[in-house]
Amino acid sequence: MEPKVIINEQRCKSCGLCISICPKKVLRISDKINSRGYHPAELFDNENCISCGFCYLICPDKAIVEVRRPEPVKQGG
Amino acid sequence: MKLIYKAPDTMTEKDTTYCPGCPHGIAHRLISESLEEMNLVKKTVIVWPVGCSVFGYYFIGTDAVEAAHGRACAMATGIKRVHPESFVMTYQGDGDLASIGIAETVHAAARGEKITTIFINNGNYGMTGGQMAPTTLIGQVTTTTPYGRKPEANGFPMHVPEMLATLDGPAYVARAALDSPQHIIQAKKFIQKAFSAQAKRLGFSIVELVSTCPTNWKMTPVESMERARKEVLPVFPIGEFRVIKGVE
Repeated sequence: MEPKVIINEQRCKSCGLCISICPKKVLRISDKINSRGYHPAELFDNENCISCGFCYLICPDKAIVEVRRPEPVKQGG
Repeated sequence: MKLIYKAPDTMTEKDTTYCPGCPHGIAHRLISESLEEMNLVKKTVIVWPVGCSVFGYYFIGTDAVEAAHGRACAMATGIKRVHPESFVMTYQGDGDLASIGIAETVHAAARGEKITTIFINNGNYGMTGGQMAPTTLIGQVTTTTPYGRKPEANGFPMHVPEMLATLDGPAYVARAALDSPQHIIQAKKFIQKAFSAQAKRLGFSIVELVSTCPTNWKMTPVESMERARKEVLPVFPIGEFRVIKGVE
């Protein structure tokens, strides 16, 4: 499945606000290091993400670039 | 996949010079989104202040000028009067607007200049290292009030929107906060109302945004948001203090 939250790792400053605000706790600080020396946030649990967009709203550095929600699957014929 | 949110293109790709967790970036994004949604980007002139946001013209891709310390409202008055068709807004911090620039701000409001001011209140002078500002809370420790702000020596915190709401010039006066997603959605609504007050030429509009300063408050970004919610918001409550007829 495509990721529901697109994160620009180069812009992330590892402030942790998105992680603190996430209602489903599907974000975390990754082990990667970006060009400015910060550990960027990452979406580790795409399945449980509910695309609420709280991380986008609180992100101060435009590091959360896009939030998407899957189209609902139509039941029956 | 349905797109729920997309970062605005008006906010440039240049890395911000702000500390991690600084809500300046949230305010920049809200302004960029509001300008895009209201189709104002092409005719906007933002007057940037002195303070942490002094390089703001790198981060929001509109026309811009840089004002002397505190004089953003005076400069915006001149631009708006020479180019009445343009959309002129100022972006100021509490040291800039509430201290050195209070005279310019109050008189621009009293004259009812058709400009919009976004006022960031983080309770200290962030860029110079956390000195006491007019909006510092009673008891708050800063580098110039090492034992906490005392009313008998340092006075009381200044409530700028409440003060400007008593004047007849302003069309829209409000305070919002940037501490949680709920308050950020509300802040965007207030900013759009302030922009519409200018677009309809109703008068001066100002939105104060209660912000944080993790570095100078010596807290993590998450702790500073909690402090803003628990300690700052009771003193500086969210609300609309003056809304004249026609603002929506």
